[in-house]
Parts: sequence; structure tokens; C-alpha cells
Amino acid sequence: MSGLLSWMIFLPLIGAIVALFMPKDNHRLIRGVAFVATLLPLILTVVLLAQYDPSTAEFQFVEKAAWIPGLNVNYHLGADGIAVPMLALTTLLSFLAALVSFNITKRVKEYFAFFLLLETGMLGVFASLDFFLFYVFWEVMLVPMYFLIGIWGGPRKEYAAIKFFLYTLFGSIFMLVAVLALYFTSTPHSLSIIEHIQRAPQMTRGFQLFAFVFFFIAFAIKIPTLPFHTWLPDAHVEAPTAVSVLLAGVLLKMGTYGLLRISFPMFPEATRFFAWPMAILGVAGIIYGAMVCMAQTDLKKLVAYSSVSHMGYCLVGMAAVGSVAGISGCMFQMVSHGLITGALFTLVGVIYDRAHTREINAFGGMWIKVPVYSGIMILFVLGSLGLPGLSGFVSEFMVFLGAFPYFKITVAIGVVGVLLTAAYFLRMIQKMFLGPVAGHTAELTEINFREIVAVTPLAILMIALGIYPALLSNLIQPTIENLVRLIGAGA
Amino acid sequence: MEGIGLIHYLTLSAVVFCIGVFGMLTRRNAIGVLMSIELMFNAVNITLVAFARYVTPATITGQVVAIFTIAVAAAEATVALAIVLLIYQHHRGIDVDRINFMKW
Amino acid sequence: MLSYAWLIPVFPLCAMAVIMLLTHRNRVVSAALSITAVSIAFLYAWAIAFTVWGNPEVQRFSFDWLNLGPSMHIPIGIQIDGLTAMMLIVVTTVALMVQIYSLGYMHGDPRFSRYYAFLSLFTMAMLTLVLADNFFLMFVAWELVGLASYLLIGFWFEKQSASDAGKKAFITTRLGDLGFIIGLLMIYTGCGTLTFGGVFDAVKTGVLGGAFLTTAAIFLFGGAIGKSAQVPLHVWLPDAMEGPTPVWAVIHAATMVVAGVYLVARSLTIFMGAETAAMTVAWIGIITSLMAASIGLVQNDIKRVLAFSTVSQLGYMIMALGLGGFTAGTFHLMTHAFFKSLLFLGAGSVIHAVHTNDIREMGGLHAKMKTTSITFLIAAFAIAGIFPLSGFWSKDEIVASTLGHPVFTVLTLLVAFMTAFYMFRLYFLTFTGTPRDKHKFEHAHESPKVMTYPLIFLAVLSVVSGWIGLPWLHHGFSSVVYHHEPHHAEFHYGLAAISLLVGLSGIGLAYLMYYKRRIDPDRIATSMSGLYNTLLNKYYFDEAYEVLVIKPYYVMCQGWFWFDQHIIDGLVNGAGAFGVLWGRFQRWADETFVDGAVNGIGWLTRGFGATIRYLQTGSLQNYAFIVFAALVILWILR
Repeated sequence: MSGLLSWMIFLPLIGAIVALFMPKDNHRLIRGVAFVATLLPLILTVVLLAQYDPSTAEFQFVEKAAWIPGLNVNYHLGADGIAVPMLALTTLLSFLAALVSFNITKRVKEYFAFFLLLETGMLGVFASLDFFLFYVFWEVMLVPMYFLIGIWGGPRKEYAAIKFFLYTLFGSIFMLVAVLALYFTSTPHSLSIIEHIQRAPQMTRGFQLFAFVFFFIAFAIKIPTLPFHTWLPDAHVEAPTAVSVLLAGVLLKMGTYGLLRISFPMFPEATRFFAWPMAILGVAGIIYGAMVCMAQTDLKKLVAYSSVSHMGYCLVGMAAVGSVAGISGCMFQMVSHGLITGALFTLVGVIYDRAHTREINAFGGMWIKVPVYSGIMILFVLGSLGLPGLSGFVSEFMVFLGAFPYFKITVAIGVVGVLLTAAYFLRMIQKMFLGPVAGHTAELTEINFREIVAVTPLAILMIALGIYPALLSNLIQPTIENLVRLIGAGA
Repeated sequence: MEGIGLIHYLTLSAVVFCIGVFGMLTRRNAIGVLMSIELMFNAVNITLVAFARYVTPATITGQVVAIFTIAVAAAEATVALAIVLLIYQHHRGIDVDRINFMKW
Repeated sequence: MLSYAWLIPVFPLCAMAVIMLLTHRNRVVSAALSITAVSIAFLYAWAIAFTVWGNPEVQRFSFDWLNLGPSMHIPIGIQIDGLTAMMLIVVTTVALMVQIYSLGYMHGDPRFSRYYAFLSLFTMAMLTLVLADNFFLMFVAWELVGLASYLLIGFWFEKQSASDAGKKAFITTRLGDLGFIIGLLMIYTGCGTLTFGGVFDAVKTGVLGGAFLTTAAIFLFGGAIGKSAQVPLHVWLPDAMEGPTPVWAVIHAATMVVAGVYLVARSLTIFMGAETAAMTVAWIGIITSLMAASIGLVQNDIKRVLAFSTVSQLGYMIMALGLGGFTAGTFHLMTHAFFKSLLFLGAGSVIHAVHTNDIREMGGLHAKMKTTSITFLIAAFAIAGIFPLSGFWSKDEIVASTLGHPVFTVLTLLVAFMTAFYMFRLYFLTFTGTPRDKHKFEHAHESPKVMTYPLIFLAVLSVVSGWIGLPWLHHGFSSVVYHHEPHHAEFHYGLAAISLLVGLSGIGLAYLMYYKRRIDPDRIATSMSGLYNTLLNKYYFDEAYEVLVIKPYYVMCQGWFWFDQHIIDGLVNGAGAFGVLWGRFQRWADETFVDGAVNGIGWLTRGFGATIRYLQTGSLQNYAFIVFAALVILWILR
């Protein structure tokens, strides 16, 4: 099937347009459209995974066509071992998030139109190999996100939406400057990511440092790493459940993806130079995030801050620039965090729908009242705190193992995060699930079939990756080895 | 000096014009002002006719213009008197010092 | 047959999965499944034991779990040798006994099926732990037993104290696990593998060595400190009694807590290669042992006495290993597992009968519960090290391993004395004398057979399991758990006599104080009230943690959250607010200067007009005058 990536990217967009032509009050029909428009990319993902050749680091499924020849802008798509897992994660989470959003009753048509547009933007970012295209998708994604938070969000939605939008845009500007710098320093002027990677050895050290920092600001805001993280809790807390899922599951990964796709291979010298500061930032994020989690009273905010902590592992892993294990660990953490946190946000949404509060202290003894829900929630919490046998542990271990030879003391401090994570999650479990039935627990009803369906694939993948990580590592290994070679930290 | 020449007509005309100007500037009665204006018209007519008679005796352009002026003066006097009449009805008087409602 | 040994943990795993997903509504089927699974594992373990004992070869079966090239290559697999076989037997035996016993003890509990699922999970994890052929898989299982322990301690989670205890256990042991992880990272960095064979070869060939190895070993030992409840992380174990008593017997007396001992025993090569680390291990072991035993002297809660006894005995094993006594440590591990789980199950039987933990409300129970009393007495004799019970042989090995370190020898004997004393204090107060709470005594009754048969079985083991170490057998126990013994102690008759004497004198003192009542314990307590209160309050460890760690940590977290909300987010919002302010300033500037210029021109025009309009008098004659005056002036200026 030719144009596989294009179909994947633009099917949701077609779905969005179709949804706009649906009668406004026929919610079932609109949901049906959204269901199909997210299911089809998921099916294409299966095709993609089946056809992907994991033995090479080359870009596959490449599509290239001139777009704006005068500026040497091309419509250039392709996927390698870094992009494929992200594409798969995106289509999966989008599909599940669409299921989760079926309980939206306010302005359903607009909601799903924005939702599908968002999916197009996200997929586009992961498949673009041209800076212009990349930037377009990067920005396209912001708009629906702004409206999804701003219209369907919680009490402080306007504040959160504006903060998210401006903050990300602020970062994008730095990226734009760096992209322009790349464009005008190349002869002939080029916007191709691949070509810039190839000319990396000719870039001067000063230029690399400058461009790396500018890209890093854009990506660091997205990840988000300390100290650029404060948009995250607000956006997460105010966003509707499904949007939180995508925000945590996919959008945060764009930062780390961008670093792996662009910054690392393009500016190898700067990457090596900044490896240590990145490790420090990562560890600081891990510890700081975990400690702030401990002080949370809102469950959703706790999960949001835990993302800050968990994305710290990604940063530590990728800071081990010469280690396949470290960068693979980062990839694992991206996937694993997407699965686990996606599920956690879904599950937080489940109780919010029923009790209309997320205060940790407002609940107690849920394990008695809603045992199935509690069991699932505890399973994902255990995944998040890095219990062996679940994917979170594998990624943490890979990150530590990869980074330890480079930054011994720093990583040793980071390991403490494992304890602190356990502390805040267990405290949450104790307050909400254990003890006698208390507070709003009485109002809860058991998790329903649709919600179980939405988290089951995530649970299965979480366990599968935890038990047999080669499922994913085989897919990414050649690409990562190639990346390590490009960075050349061994030299 | 023999007979009456152009200079006499012009002198007469100047005297009449000056009387008209003086009357227009000093009369407080609007009717008086109008009458003074008529005087000025007529002074001009005298000039026109005089010039026509002495400077270009072959044509009667000056006389024609003078007739035209008289017609215009009649029309003007009609309109002016109508205005004066309306002002009188409105202000119960036609003292031009008091008719200053067009000021700034 | 050995290559299929990985099936051993798979049986309980399947049992757990089936119970969780399918049969959780049917308690009989659930329990049957769980017990069947552990029985198969039990039989398999014995079969393996008979195959490998006496055979020094180590059998390994592994496959590549994750291979990312040199930066991370982790094969996982199983390894079977004498030590593994012994551990398999200990774990499956105790687990089987406890699962049968629980049929009676947990009878009628609403979450009966879940209880068996958790027990199966625990058994699976523990069996994996002892079968693992590398540190990585061991760590995985290590964490899973921690989880099972968490779930089982907090099994009756409606009780605040139970859920607190579960959390405390998980977090305290995880604190130790940090050391374990860092140790693993160091080892992998040092030698590029985590398999036992590879690592030990690296130590022997000197690839790993020096200060690096010492640091790694000490970090690794951190895991053992947490799991085996050594000072200063021992605080979770006494609280863990909030779980159902049988759980406590299987996890917190016999199996999970010895995981730390097993870890040290397994990686003894590493510790032997790092002298300082080994001495650290030994010192932590003896300090733990001494401290816990002294606390045990004064506790009034039957479970708490046993808890501190466990901590103390674990310290014993750890110390022996630290001094190179591989055989001593592992031997005591085995015998201790049997008699300590017997003590726990016996205590459970008593609690089941009288519904209290407090020994001050018991007394004279021997009359009502003969089986329990006799089996308990056997176990007490065993732990006190009385000939010819199992404890005698293993304790003797431990004392022998301290030869050459006189301080250790003295302290070890002191602990032995205290152990004998508090154990018999417990026995006399519980089972002999006159009942102190008549009402409770009236209602006491012997437990059902499903509970007493495991007691009897374990009592038999408590007697005979030590005989593997009989001195006239070739090499005794060390031929069973063959190891390249750095320090193998032959049976030492003199020491045996001394330690037996010490044990007997401890029993004798308890007999005088609590049976014959010749010495009044209360008077001693009041005369040394400072010491007594310190011991009763467990050296104030919990309070110290509360004040020094937990409270400050909470405050710190709140502080960071404040920092996050007000400083970092404050900066962000400040930037936003600055933007708004700047916008307002721009607007002001715009309105003032740009608009001002435009309006100013209008204003000037208007002002000029307003000034000169006064020329417009409205008086016709003025106008006419001006006209003529102008004419005149123009004419003059001509």
C-alpha cells in the first residue's frame, strides 16, 4: 500500500471534515465517525508494524514530493525505529481516548472535529522529515489542543489553555529561529532533516551549541523538563479526560522525540557537550517531581506531576549519549509512560465522572466498594512506580543501566526517585483505596464495560513489554545503534 | 474747459458712491442701509454709462450692463426687503446693531 | 528434569492468574488450586533436591531476555545447585504448611480467594528469587515478593494500622532496594554481566576489586538490610504482624525475610573479595541480633516477641555470613525457617483461640491446647539451641564461625542466652501457670486439625532438620550446600558444650522468674526503669524516624510544592503578567503620544479658530467697514 503514512496522517483529518457535515444533534453518528476515523489509522498501524523492517536504520515508507519548490520545501514523510513506536502509540491512544470521550455531551461535533485534527497533527509530527512540514504539524496540533482545553475543560480552563498555548508557542519561536539558521547556513538552502543530519560534521562547534540550545528550549518545554514544567499540571488538571490522555501520552513525547530525531544526530558535538547538564536536569526532575507529588491533594494533579518525574527518566536515559541501553531506555520510557499515564488519566476520569471530585482525601476504602476498578488502578500505579514485570521497571532499569557508567553519582541520586515514587503512590493508594469506606466512595459505581475496554489494551501492552521487552527493543535497536554512531560519543 | 466731460460724470459717480458707502456704514436702520446700497449701485451705473459714452461711443455695452445692473438691483432689493421684513417679525426691530445673531 | 525447573514458579503463577480472573467467587476451588500448585512445587523441589545434593556442579539454563549489545545484555535463567535446592525445599514446605493451615485460620474471611491468590503470587515470586541465575532476575523476584508482602500485610486494609504497616514495609524495604539497584549498576558497569557465574569469575580474576568492589558490595548489602530487617531498616518487620498470622509465618519468619540472607549467601564470593564489606555485614548482623534480642526480653505482645526474635536470628545469619560462615548461615536459615514458622503458626493458633495478642491476658493454656503447647515447646527448645534439636546444630555452626573474632563470640553467646530466656518467658507466660484472664481462658479451645497437623509436621522438621549437620556425616551440611567454602568450621565439641550451657541457663533463668516466680520480674523492671522503657519502646527507632525522616520529608515536599507554585510558576505567571503590563503600557503610550499627535493637530486648529472667530461680529457694517478699509489700505500700499 503506497502512501501508508499519508493515509494514516490524513484519515483523521478526513474524519474531522466528515464529522463537521454531520447533523449537530446526532451524537451517535458523530461518535461513529470519530470511532472509524481513529480505528482506521490504528489498523494501518498494524499494517505498518507488519511491513516495517526492523533490521535496518534506514527511513522506510518514505514519501517525497515537491511542495514549495521556490523555497526547497518538500512534502517528505518517513518512519524509522524512533518514529514507528511513537506512531503506534499515537494511533492506539487516540483510538482509546476517542472511546473515553464518548461521554462528552457538550458540543459533540466540534469536540470530535478538534480531536481528529489533533490526531492528524500528532501523527504528522512523528512522520515528518522536512522542517517546514514538521513545524506546520507542530503548530497545527496546538490549535485544537487550545480549544479542547479551553472549551471542554474544568473551572480554570481559559487560564490553562492560554498558558499551554503561549508557553508552547514561546518554545516554538526558538525552534523557528534555529530552523531558519539551519536553512540559511546550508547551500543550497535546504529544509530536509536528513540532509542536515548528513552535513552535521561540517557545522562549527559554536553553531551547534547555539542551535542545540534553541531546539532544546522548544523541546524542553514540551517534555516538560524542570523548570519549564508548570504549564503541565494546569493543563492536565483542567483538560477533559481524553485530552489529558493524549497530552500525557503523546504530546509530552514530542519533546523527547524531537531531541532524538533532530538535536542529537544533527548536533553531535553539542549533544556530547550538553549530556551532563541534561542528566542533571533529568535527575532533578525525577526527585523534584516526586517530592511535589507527595504534597498533592488532587489525584489528577498528582498524576500530572508524576509525569514530570517520569519524563525525567527519559532525559537521564538520553543523556547517556553513547549508550544504546540509555537511549533505548528513553524510548521505552516514552512508550511505557504513554501507556501507563494514559491509563491513569482515564481511570482518574472514571471517578471524576461519578463523584465529581478528585480530592484524594474525599475518598477511602474504594477497594471494598469498587474492587474491579481498584484492582485495575492499583495495577497501573504499580506499573508507574516501577514494579518488575511491568514496563515501567524495564525502562527505568535500562535508563539507569545505560546512564550509570557515564554519570555515576548523578544516577545514584536519581535512583532515589524509585523510592520517592513508591512513597507518594502508596500514600495515595492508602488514602483512597484502603481503610473503611469513606467520603465520596459511597457514590461510586463500578467501572463500566466501555472504560474497561479503554484500558485493557494498555494493561496488556504494559505487561507484555514488562515481561518481554524485546518486542519493542528489536524494533528500535538498529535505529538507536545508528543514532549512537552518529553522536559518536565513543570517539 | 468746455461743457460737461467724462471727468464730471466720474466725479458725480464717486461722490454718490461715497455717500452710499457712508450711509451703509453708518445707518442703523436696515432700510437705510439698503437705500445706501442702491446709491452705490447707481453710482456704478453712472460710471458704466459714462465710460460707454466717452470711451467706446460705437457700442452700447456699458448701457446694456447698466440696465442689467438695475434689474439685478431690483431683484436684490426684493430679496433684501423680504429678509428685513422677516427679521422685523422675528426681532421686532430692524436696528442692524442688534441683528448680530450671525456672529461667531 | 532440571531443565524444566523453571516450571516450579509457573504453577503458583497460574494458580494466581486463574484465581484472580476466574474463580475468585468460589473459595473452595481457589484454595484447592493454590494448594495444588504449591504441592506440585513442593514435590518437584524434593525431586530436585535428591538429584543435586552432593553434586557440586551448578546447572544453568538461560536465554537472552534483552540484548542491546554491550551496553545492556541480560540473559535470564535459572540455576540449580545445593543452595537453591535447599531454598526450594524451605520455601515450598513452609508455603504448603501455611496454605493448609490457612484453610482453618482464614475460614470465613470474605476475601478468602484473594488471600490465596496473594499467597500464590508470593510463592511464585519467592521461588523465582531462589531459582534465578543472575542478579537481575533475582531483583525482579525480590521486588515481587515485596509487593506480595505489601498486599498481604495490608490484607485487612480496613484497619488503619494494617494499611500503615503495609506501606511502611514496602517503603522501608524499598529504601534498602535502592542500595541493591546501585550495587547492580556498579557490578554491571564493572564487569558487563549480571549472571552469578560471570560476576563471581570477575571477582576471582580481579576484574572487579578494590574500593569499587567494596562499595558495590556494601550497596548490594543495602538490599539485604531492607529485606532481612537489619538495623537500621528493621522497623517494618514488627509492624508487619498486622497481616494475617499465617502470612506472617510464611513471609516474615521463614521465607521472604531470609531473602536478604540468601542474597548475601549467594553473593558471598563478592563479600569475601571485599574485606571491609564483609566486616560491615558481620557488624550489622551482630548489632541487629543483639538489639532485637534485648527488645524481645520485655515485649508483652506474643507476635512482637516472635518478630524481634526473627530479627535477632536474621542478624545471626547475616553475621555468620559476614564472617565467612557460608554453611553456618545457610544451615541456620533452613532450621530457623522450620522452627520459626512453627512458632508463628503456634502463636496464630493461640491467638485464634483466645483472641488476644497480649501474653499478660494468657496463662495456663497448656491445659486447653495440648498440641499447640507441645509443638510450641519443641520449637522453643530448638531456637534455644538444645541438643539434639535442629537449632542446636545450626547455632553451633554459627558460634563456630565466630572463632577468631572473640568479640563476636561473646556477643553471639550473649544473644543465645537472651534468646533462650525470652522464648521461655513467652512459653511460661502463655502456656503455664494460672490463667490471668478467666473469661478468655474459658473460651479457649484447641484449633481444628487442619491447623494442628501442619504444626506437627513442622515440629518433626524442627527436630530432625538439624541432623543433616551431624558431625559424623561427611562434611555435614556443607556437602549439601556445597560452596567453595572460605572458612568451613568443623564441629567443635567445646563450643557446643558452652553454647548448650548458655541456652540452658537462659531457660533456667526464665524458669525461675516466670514459672517458679523466685525472682520478681516487675521489681527488676522498676529498678532499671530507664533501660526497661528504652527496650519496651524498641530503642525509640520509630519515633526517631518519624521525627528525623518522615516529618521533615513531608515538610520538605510541601515546601517544594510551594516553591513550584509560587516561585517557578510565579515566574511563568510573572512573565505573563509582565506581558499584560507591557501591553497596557503600550496602550497608554499609544493613546498618549500617537493619538496625542493626531488629536493635537485638531486641537490646535480648533484653538486657532476659536481665537480668531471673534472677528466674526455678525454685524454687517463691521464687515463692510473691513472690506472698505482693506480696499483703502491696499490702495495706499499699492
